[in-house]
Amino acid sequence: MYRNGSIRFKDINFFYDKTHALKGITMDIAKNRVTAIIGPSGCGKSTFIRLINRMNELIPKSRLEGKIMLAGKDIYDANIDVVDVRRQIGMVFQKPNPFPKTILENISYGLKVNGIKDKAFIASKSEESLRKAALWDEVKDRLNDSALSLSGGQQQRLCIARCIAVEPEVILFDEPCASLDPISTAKIEELIIELKKSYTIIIVTHNMQQAARVSDFTAFFYLGELVEYDLTNVIFTKPSKKITEEYITGRFG
Amino acid sequence: MNNKTSQRLGFSLLFMFTIITLFFLGAIIYFIVSRGVKVISWEFLTQFPRKGMTEGGVAPAIVGTLYLVLGSTIFSFPLGIACAIYLCEYSPKNYVVNIIRMSINNLAGVPSIVFGLFGLTVFVKFLGFGVSILSGSLTLGIMILPNIIATSQEALLAVPQSIREASLALGASHWQTIRRIVFPAALPGMLTGAILSIGRVAGETAPILFTAATFYTRFYPKSIFSEIMVLPYHIYALMTEGTHPHQQAEIAYGCALILLVMVLFVSGIAVIIRQRQRSGYVS
Repeated sequence: MYRNGSIRFKDINFFYDKTHALKGITMDIAKNRVTAIIGPSGCGKSTFIRLINRMNELIPKSRLEGKIMLAGKDIYDANIDVVDVRRQIGMVFQKPNPFPKTILENISYGLKVNGIKDKAFIASKSEESLRKAALWDEVKDRLNDSALSLSGGQQQRLCIARCIAVEPEVILFDEPCASLDPISTAKIEELIIELKKSYTIIIVTHNMQQAARVSDFTAFFYLGELVEYDLTNVIFTKPSKKITEEYITGRFG
Repeated sequence: MNNKTSQRLGFSLLFMFTIITLFFLGAIIYFIVSRGVKVISWEFLTQFPRKGMTEGGVAPAIVGTLYLVLGSTIFSFPLGIACAIYLCEYSPKNYVVNIIRMSINNLAGVPSIVFGLFGLTVFVKFLGFGVSILSGSLTLGIMILPNIIATSQEALLAVPQSIREASLALGASHWQTIRRIVFPAALPGMLTGAILSIGRVAGETAPILFTAATFYTRFYPKSIFSEIMVLPYHIYALMTEGTHPHQQAEIAYGCALILLVMVLFVSGIAVIIRQRQRSGYVS
């Protein structure tokens, strides 16, 4: 019934101390598809995807109700190690955040912390990941340079490569192009479309065109609620709720 | 008075105060160098004092100062960093930890002579280390511990949260994140703090007055239980004791110059490390 990589949210409520950030969210996310999460600032988009790799746990006084199932398993179950969850669910952040280390060290980090010591394997995996992230040709002669010497767009692709090196099932993108120029953005979008062959992808974005271009499904969040969730071309051509239409046509947000 | 005039007046005043500050700094350096440089010679740097401190060199005091710097750093650097990492990265954010933090900050304000008395009571007497390198190093180490903790905490806080998240999101544990990402990124900042406190260790007199220093010794220290000559205390002794105040004063200025050069050298290293770190990551 559940395949790997599909995610089910059941009656999710999330609180930051007393703020009710997500309200009664139930939805399924399809495997090997791109699902875009859109909505105005503060609607709970980022909170929502950070629940999937349990990053919100780092925030004191936060509280979750409901269940999140990855491939049929409750990822918040007491018997499940948070480290395993995060290994299966990669994340690319809003601002590129490479480690202040070399390009190669950035890629191999995820493998090393997961206990892989075989140098030949790490080397081949690193190259493969950089190729998949369409960065190999640009960095192959400078793998031992600092990752911080790369441009913003390259840094973001490095972060994507770093993420796929550990072979997650799901990749979360939290506004991955927010700080990038249009050319870098186009490259990342191409990459996302390419990556969905192998991964389930969820992308939070403020950019309507981006959601329309890259995603198969779109969910519209407003004030912590899931207002509408459907095929992307349905959402963008004939949304069933008036407020969705107002948002995607730019009347507020 | 219109805006332009008041602005010009404001800038002129600020400029003047800056000049006054620089003047004092320059005056100190000029004063020490001009009086101290006369006695500096190879002999002065490498020989023992002779003829009731009026001739010869101050080599044992230089060596003693280096030992204390080394000893106190070995003791306080690992301890301070461990403490900072715990407080910054692990400790729950509750009132007990806040009290610990406040206590550490208050410790930084304790007068150094109080540390000296503490060292005398605990290390010299109670633990029986005697007046020695060990007692002095421990006393100085405790004195600079709050500074090392504070600068290490700052260095840890300066590591962007985003790279901690990146590491955790890749499936690294909290400990792996600290050891492999946060600590290496914070290390240059921590070293800067530690090196700056070395300057303080080299210059302090009060904490070693009863715990490590002696006015005169004929030998280099044999072990960590030996008492030693130390530059700042030597200056103090030269100016207050002895029977040849004029010749002794000359030597005291020589010592002051050596101490100044040592401290400036060490601070220079700290500045270089800090600049490397700045150019290293800006994100």
